[in-house]
Amino acid sequence: MKTSDIHWFKFSSPPNFYWLAGRMWPWFATLAATLTLIGLWIAFFVAPIDAQQGQGYRIIFVHVPASQMAMFIYLVMAAWAGFGLAFNTRLSGMMASALAPTGALFAFLSLLTGALWGKPMWGTWWVWDARLTSTLILLFLYLGFLALQSSIDDARRADKACAVLALVGVVNVPIIYFSVNWWNTLHQGASVSLSKSPSMAAPMLWGMLIMVVAFWMYTIAVTLARVRTIILDRERHTEWVKNAVE
Amino acid sequence: MKTLGLGSVLLAVLRREVSLALRQKGEVLTPLVFFVVIASLFPLGVGPESALLQRMAPGVLWVSALLAAMLSLQRLFATDYADGSLEQMALSSTPLGLLVVAKAISHFLLSGLPLVLMAPVLGLQFGLDGRALGLLMLTLLLGTPTLSLIGSIGAALTLGVRGAGVLLSLLILPLYIPVLIFGAGAVESDAAGMGAGGHLSLLAAMLVLSIFFAPIATTTALRISLE
Repeated sequence: MKTSDIHWFKFSSPPNFYWLAGRMWPWFATLAATLTLIGLWIAFFVAPIDAQQGQGYRIIFVHVPASQMAMFIYLVMAAWAGFGLAFNTRLSGMMASALAPTGALFAFLSLLTGALWGKPMWGTWWVWDARLTSTLILLFLYLGFLALQSSIDDARRADKACAVLALVGVVNVPIIYFSVNWWNTLHQGASVSLSKSPSMAAPMLWGMLIMVVAFWMYTIAVTLARVRTIILDRERHTEWVKNAVE
Repeated sequence: MKTLGLGSVLLAVLRREVSLALRQKGEVLTPLVFFVVIASLFPLGVGPESALLQRMAPGVLWVSALLAAMLSLQRLFATDYADGSLEQMALSSTPLGLLVVAKAISHFLLSGLPLVLMAPVLGLQFGLDGRALGLLMLTLLLGTPTLSLIGSIGAALTLGVRGAGVLLSLLILPLYIPVLIFGAGAVESDAAGMGAGGHLSLLAAMLVLSIFFAPIATTTALRISLE
């Protein structure tokens, strides 16, 4: 096949993508479920007990992947938003808005598991550590995105406004992260050092990597499933939706 | 038809904004009074110990300044949007970015600058000394224009949207965090004997960055709102 025959924007048309997403998401969902089961099995039965933290450390298998996804999803969301503004494709905005709830969920999950982990290890639910604080701010950014999305009735306008917000946010994230870091080092508070990464036993590392991939698969599956409902909602007046639903 | 140079357009918009504000003095005074009231609530909340208040003063005054800036931001484009003049500005041959910059400057002159001038009075109430007061004014002078510029993005995004006021705070306050950290941090770091030079440089750097980037984002957001 000649390269010029490739239709780059074929799947940027909502009906085509609706079909593609419908074919893809069950696979990703299956992968997510399988990998989560394997990961949790390693986490609970294979990984050894930590010398210092005992059983409590096992929450790391949820905490680390959730924190990573929370940050990464924001980048992906901003990338979709940028595509949407640059190419004026309807689907990009829908993808960005399909990603946002999952990102917010992971940011919240990261804070929650962090608090649950912190209580037995440091004796406190919350410290104003640089990482905790910047995850909290990331959650605020997601909530702002979702709030703006829900308060504009016209879906196309909401997509574009949210795209600008996401791009402004992504420019600011490094500045915020850097300043929170600086702020934290200036106030040498009750210091809990999270920056040292302890050497991990191999099963722990494997368990964590598998969980990270599982969270990826979950995010893709959920986003595809959610974007399908968004497409149906936005295109409900069209013929193809009537045919697709029947 | 006479075409105006960029400088004279800037001046014309500034003059218009300022004279509009002077005819409705409440709009300038309310955020200022709000600033004073908020700052005065803190001692009532945490108790009158002077050592504690002195330590908290820069942070409290900066947070109050953020909230006061927030209050006046909603009106940045709203009245022009309501009576249609914003649309005319967008249609005119003058670059919209320039009008946005003029609006942000006027917001700083009408809401940021009064805060800068009022801050030492409140600082005295919190027991700050002369050096700290001067530094606080300097950080506010460098920081409040950044607040106006970043805030203009939020004001443009929430134009004509349900519950714009609360939404604006939710969108913009997280973006204000770096300004808050370095603004309040400068006074503290100077008091701790570490000098405030780094903080002031970073505040200035953020101002320069936002002068460049914020009008682009605001203009895009305005065009989306006006579609």
